[in-house]
Amino acid sequence: MYQIVSKKSLNSTVMQMEIYAPFVAKKAKAGQFVILRVDEDGERIPLTVAGYDREKGTVTIIFQLVGGSTMRLGAKNVGEYIPDFVGPLGRPTKVDGMKKVCVVGGGVGCAIALPVARALHEQGVEVTSIIGFRNKDLVILEEEFTTYSSKTYMMTDDGSYGEQGNVCVPLKTLLEQGERFDEVITIGPLIMMKFVCLTTKEYGVKTIASMNPIMIDGTGMCGCCRLTVGGQMKFACVDGPEFDGHEIDFDEAISRSNAYAEFEKRERETSCNLLNKEVE
Amino acid sequence: MAKFNMNPLKNSMPTQDPMVRNGNFKEVALGYTAEMAIDEAKRCIGCKNRPCVAACPVNIDIPEFIAKVAEGEFEAAYQIIAKDSSLPAVCGRVCPQETQCEGKCTRGIKAGCESVGIGRLERFVADWHNKNVKETPTPAAKNGHKVAVIGSGPAGLTCAGDLAKLGYDVTVFEALHVAGGVLVYGIPEFRLPKDIVKKEVDNLKALGVKIQTNMVIGRVITIEELKTEYGFDAVFIGSGAGLPKFMNIPGESLKGVYSANEFLTRSNLMKAYETDSRTPIQHGKCVAVVGGGNVAMDAARTAKRLGAEVHIIYRRGEEELPARREEIEHAKEEGIVFDLLTNPTKILATETTNPRDPSYGWVSGIECVRMELGEPDESGRRSPKTVVGSEFVIPVDCVIMSLGTSPNPLLKATTEGLETLRRGEIAVDEVGKTSIEGVYCGGDAATGAATVIKAMGAGKIAAKAIDEYIQNK
Repeated sequence: MYQIVSKKSLNSTVMQMEIYAPFVAKKAKAGQFVILRVDEDGERIPLTVAGYDREKGTVTIIFQLVGGSTMRLGAKNVGEYIPDFVGPLGRPTKVDGMKKVCVVGGGVGCAIALPVARALHEQGVEVTSIIGFRNKDLVILEEEFTTYSSKTYMMTDDGSYGEQGNVCVPLKTLLEQGERFDEVITIGPLIMMKFVCLTTKEYGVKTIASMNPIMIDGTGMCGCCRLTVGGQMKFACVDGPEFDGHEIDFDEAISRSNAYAEFEKRERETSCNLLNKEVE
Repeated sequence: MAKFNMNPLKNSMPTQDPMVRNGNFKEVALGYTAEMAIDEAKRCIGCKNRPCVAACPVNIDIPEFIAKVAEGEFEAAYQIIAKDSSLPAVCGRVCPQETQCEGKCTRGIKAGCESVGIGRLERFVADWHNKNVKETPTPAAKNGHKVAVIGSGPAGLTCAGDLAKLGYDVTVFEALHVAGGVLVYGIPEFRLPKDIVKKEVDNLKALGVKIQTNMVIGRVITIEELKTEYGFDAVFIGSGAGLPKFMNIPGESLKGVYSANEFLTRSNLMKAYETDSRTPIQHGKCVAVVGGGNVAMDAARTAKRLGAEVHIIYRRGEEELPARREEIEHAKEEGIVFDLLTNPTKILATETTNPRDPSYGWVSGIECVRMELGEPDESGRRSPKTVVGSEFVIPVDCVIMSLGTSPNPLLKATTEGLETLRRGEIAVDEVGKTSIEGVYCGGDAATGAATVIKAMGAGKIAAKAIDEYIQNK
C-alpha cells in the first residue's frame, strides 16, 4: 500500500499528489513513468514522474481528471492509500552532453516537461521553455518553469494570458531568428507534439517527444503501447517513452490513443455519478 | 474383483456442456469424482520400467501415487506428488501430459488404447487435498541465508518453495500487482481458476516465503544491488518470456489488433470480461486468432466467451498444431473455426480516411493465403509453402496475434556481465547457473517460451544448485 502524503489542485482539472513510495523515489529520474492502481479492482494507469524526493521517499505525480480512474484518484484524501504504485519504468531522459535545449510543454504535459527542464538546468544546460495552455485558468507551474529556464514563453490559445497562439508560434520565431538548440524536447497532447516536430523538422533540429500511449503492464509484456518509429514497431514502455519526434508516426498514435473512447466515456460518467452521490 | 481395470479407454472427464461453457468463464473440466478416480487409478498396472516417471520433467513417482488413489488413500497420494511438485493442482490442469507422462504410458502403447489419465488423477488428488486438508504447511527452521527470486511464475514459485523448505529466507519479487506470473495473466480462468493459483501462493507464504509485488527488478533494484546492498546470498531469475512477437505485416498497428498477451492480460489479470471491470476489452463480432499454440487456443476461447465468431488461422495443418490435444478438442467443441494451412499477409483497415470518423483506423478484415506442406524442416515439422494466387479475405473486426513470445530484455540490459543467447534467452548451464556468480535462472527466461512444468523442473534443479552453492561458499 502506498500513502498519499500531500495533495493540491493546480487548476480546476489538474491535481498534484505526493505518494510515499521509497523504492521508486530512490531510483526515479526525469522522463520515467510509474503505473498505479487507484483501488483493488482498478485499471493500471501510467503516469510520468513529475518529481521525487529521495530523502522523504516520495514521488510526485500530476494528473488531469479526465477519466474514471483519475477522478477516483483525485477524490482520495491525504493519508489514504492506493494499492499499487510501480516504477520507475521506461528509460530516463538523456540530459547530458547538451548546452542549449528548448523544452516545449502543452497542458498537463507541462507537469512532465518541468522535471526535464529542471534536470537539464541542474546539469548546467541553458533551457528555453515554451509552455502552452488553452486559457488562463488552466495555466500550471509557471513559476517553476521560470526558475529552471533562462527564458520562458507563455502561450494561451485564447490569449487570456501570455501571448495568444500555440507553442509552435514562438518556437518557429526562435528557429527563424537563428536560435540553435542542441535539442527540442516536447511533451503534451499528441497533436501538439506532431506540429512541434513538423516545425523543427524544417530547421533540422533534433526533437525528442515523450509518448504516453495506452498501456497495461508497462514492462514490455503486452505490446499495447506499440508505436511506429522510423518504420519500425517500438514499445513505448521499454524502448521509450521518449523517441525521435521526426521518426514517430503521430497519425497512427493519435488513432490508437482513442481505441477505448466509448468505454472511457461511460467510465467517466459512472465515476462522476458515483463521486457526486458521495458528495451528497 | 479383478486387480486391474482393463478398460482400454480412460474415464472421460466430466465437463460443462460446450454450448453452455462457451458463454461463461467458469472452469470447463469439472474433475473426477472419487469413484471415477479410483476406477481410473486401477487402470495403472504398475509396470516395472515406469516410463511415465522418466517422461515427467519433475519425475513424480506416478505409479506410487496412483496406487494410493486406487486404495482410496488420497492424502497419501497427495504427499507422494508433493515431494516433487509444488503446484500439483496447476499441473494436473495445464501440463501437456500427452507428450510427457501419458505419452509414454504402457497402457497407451497399443492402437486403440488410451494411457492412464495421469493428469486427471493428479488434478483430482490436488483438489481433494485442497478441499479436505485444512492444515497449512509450517515453515522450516531458518538457516540464516537469504535468496531473492525474480518473478512469481511457475519457475520462481517452485524455486522459492524448495528453498524455503530447506530453511532459506526467500523473497520473491513480482513486477505485476498479483503473484503467479503466466498462471495469472496468461492462462484463463476457465482453464485454471485463479483461486487455485492464489491457494498455491498462500501455501508458499505459509512456508515463510515473502512476496513483494510491484517490484520491477532491473529498474527499481538491480541484481547487483540485491547481492550487495540487500544482502541476498543468491538470486534466481524466473522472469519468463513475456515479450510478444508480431508478424511484421501491414496493418498490425490498427485498432482491434492485439497481441495474445495483451488480450489475455486484459481478460485474466484485469478481469476485463466482467461487466463492471475498469479495464476495457474489445468484444469483437468476428475475431481472427493467428497461431496454433496453447496461447492461441486460450485467446480464441476467451474471444468466443466474449461473444465473437472466432477463427484460428494457422499456417500448418491439424497434426502440426502445437497446442495440447485437449485444448484443440475443447476449442472445436465450443464452435471455434480452424482455418488451417492458411497464413495472413495483411490486415485491412476500414475504408474511411477521415480521422474524425469513429470507425477510422479499425480492422475490417484479414487477407490470407493458402499454404501447402513441403518436406520436413530442421524442426522435423513439414514446412509450409504459399500457394501462389490463393489470396482471400476473412472479414473480421479484431485480430489477435499469438505467435509466441521472447524473453524480457530488461534484466540483460540492466545487469552487467549477464550473458544471453541469440534470441535473448539467459545463458545457463545444466543446473541453471548463469555467467554471474550466485545468479541462477530457469524457465522461459532461459529456454524461450515452453511449458509450466518445464519451468517448474528448472526451478527445482536451480533450487538444489543454489543450496549447494550457498552451503559450499
